[in-house]
Amino acid sequence: MSKSTQELSNYVSQTRRDIVRMVHAVQSGHPGGSLGCVEFFTVLYQNVLRQNASNFSMEGKNEDVFILSNGHISPVYYSTLAHKGYFPVSELASFRKLNTRLQGHPTTHEGLPGIRIASGSLGQGLSVAAGIAQGKKLDKEDKLVYVLMGDGELQEGQVWEAVMYIGHKLDNVIATIDVNGRQIDGDTKDIMGFGDLRSKFEAFGWTVLTMDGNNLEDVQDTLSKAGVLAGNGKPICILMRTEMGNGVDFMMGSHEWHGIAPNDAQLAAALEQNPETLGDY
Amino acid sequence: MSNTSELEKKDTRSGFGDGLYEIAKQNDAVVGLCADLTGSLKMNKFENAFPERFFQVGIAEANMIGMAAGLATTGKIPFTGTFANFSTGRVYDQIRQSVAYSGKNVKICASHAGLTLGEDGATHQILEDIGLMKMLPGMTVINPCDYTQTKAATMAIAEMYGPVYLRFGRPKWPIFTNDYKFEIGKALHMREGKDVTIFATGHMVWYSIEAARLLAEEGISAEVINIHTIKPLDDEAILDAMAKTKCAVTAEEHQMNGGLGDSICQLLARKSPMPVEMVAVNDSFGESGTPEELLDKYGLGIVDVVAAAKRAIARR
Repeated sequence: MSKSTQELSNYVSQTRRDIVRMVHAVQSGHPGGSLGCVEFFTVLYQNVLRQNASNFSMEGKNEDVFILSNGHISPVYYSTLAHKGYFPVSELASFRKLNTRLQGHPTTHEGLPGIRIASGSLGQGLSVAAGIAQGKKLDKEDKLVYVLMGDGELQEGQVWEAVMYIGHKLDNVIATIDVNGRQIDGDTKDIMGFGDLRSKFEAFGWTVLTMDGNNLEDVQDTLSKAGVLAGNGKPICILMRTEMGNGVDFMMGSHEWHGIAPNDAQLAAALEQNPETLGDY
Repeated sequence: MSNTSELEKKDTRSGFGDGLYEIAKQNDAVVGLCADLTGSLKMNKFENAFPERFFQVGIAEANMIGMAAGLATTGKIPFTGTFANFSTGRVYDQIRQSVAYSGKNVKICASHAGLTLGEDGATHQILEDIGLMKMLPGMTVINPCDYTQTKAATMAIAEMYGPVYLRFGRPKWPIFTNDYKFEIGKALHMREGKDVTIFATGHMVWYSIEAARLLAEEGISAEVINIHTIKPLDDEAILDAMAKTKCAVTAEEHQMNGGLGDSICQLLARKSPMPVEMVAVNDSFGESGTPEELLDKYGLGIVDVVAAAKRAIARR
């Protein structure tokens, strides 16, 4: 049963609260990119993925599988997984603390349900997605592999090895690029501009869609469309425009909030802008 | 044990190719990936028999390792194949994060390791790979000594769960092991002796047996132990041997830093300090030449093992 836009909005608001509270509590983590991708994670996990959250299996047989390649946006990932039922929401309080399953960057090492690969060192997730997609082909499954990468991450050469392989051999991968235009040292166009991403992916044999990643209806429509287009001979790339720090006004419009935590006053302001909807952890 | 000239010679990489084909016949989960070196890795037999389970990735080793991690996630048992240099140093971070830290059941199979790669020279002669791989938590590291052992090791690693680095080579080398069950982590006694123990791995096991024969002619009784599994190390077999001979030589086609000798010295320093002489490359890159010429030039010849044994005994 698909959730309505109003229901999804409640998840978005709660997830934003979780993100800023988690990062504030340990005064470390990456709020900017996490906030920018809240709508994407919400729609993907609540309405799109064919998954078994209550009985997680590493192999994910006959399930859609999601791989987070830019692992530093772990706060949005953890909050989404918890609210989907992969593990208790209360566990979000352990983020980045000693002995936690919610490591700074996602890992399989601590056995957190929902995670199938460690990520953090950038550029590796698309290759892992290609392997899973190839495994699903071998098993004659029609399920899909979703992967999220940052736009700055495309500067890693391995990404293009995987883009080339997938474009040549697979059609069951849907790769979303978080085009927020920012990275640690500044704007991506200044650090290492990509030119036209659409034509680059198309040249490698991908079908390219675009969406406003901070608009729930557009995310829903585009992911649905991608799901229909997949499996027909070409892989799908979604260029997702987002605003880093979306939903917290003072974090928007800058790369400054990539990897720093809000202080007490900033936390209060951020929470003020995003009401508690599903209950704080 | 007979002389080299009477033994059949075969490359260890053919042992890998034959082992992969055999285990793939028995186990549907086995899949293979190769980065444009199918012939060099002897993976053709597997590819021809199981084309749907073979993935040609092109000259893109980082993607190959990531894909192997993904295939392992779906329950497959991926064997990746390329040269040792491109199997380790080139893709270290991919192995560290996507395979080792992620606990994936990936078998990294590496040919053309060490000086015996020969004429291609130092760009391809990796001598640091054992060290790189043994440092990764949870990684099993195996360096078999001949065709037969490489084939057996290839089949054995499919039966254990967890990441493995399997190292083998290019040249035709005497086949001198047979008729035993390969057991990961279990040292093999190749020759009994009481004056000194030679712990050897890979191609250097044969040179160590030859050295022991020369030592015998001088009245020195040298024990030769084949340490095919460098990690986990067979501590018990090593300590038992040392309790008897009280001095050792280590022999390997690798840098002194980080190799088998390094592991054995660590063990002895912690448990039972005794003299060890190391036959290995001493902080140097290789160069072009024939395998035998290179082993001689870099101090890995049979005479070097003999000399090391005498030094070890003198220090006892």
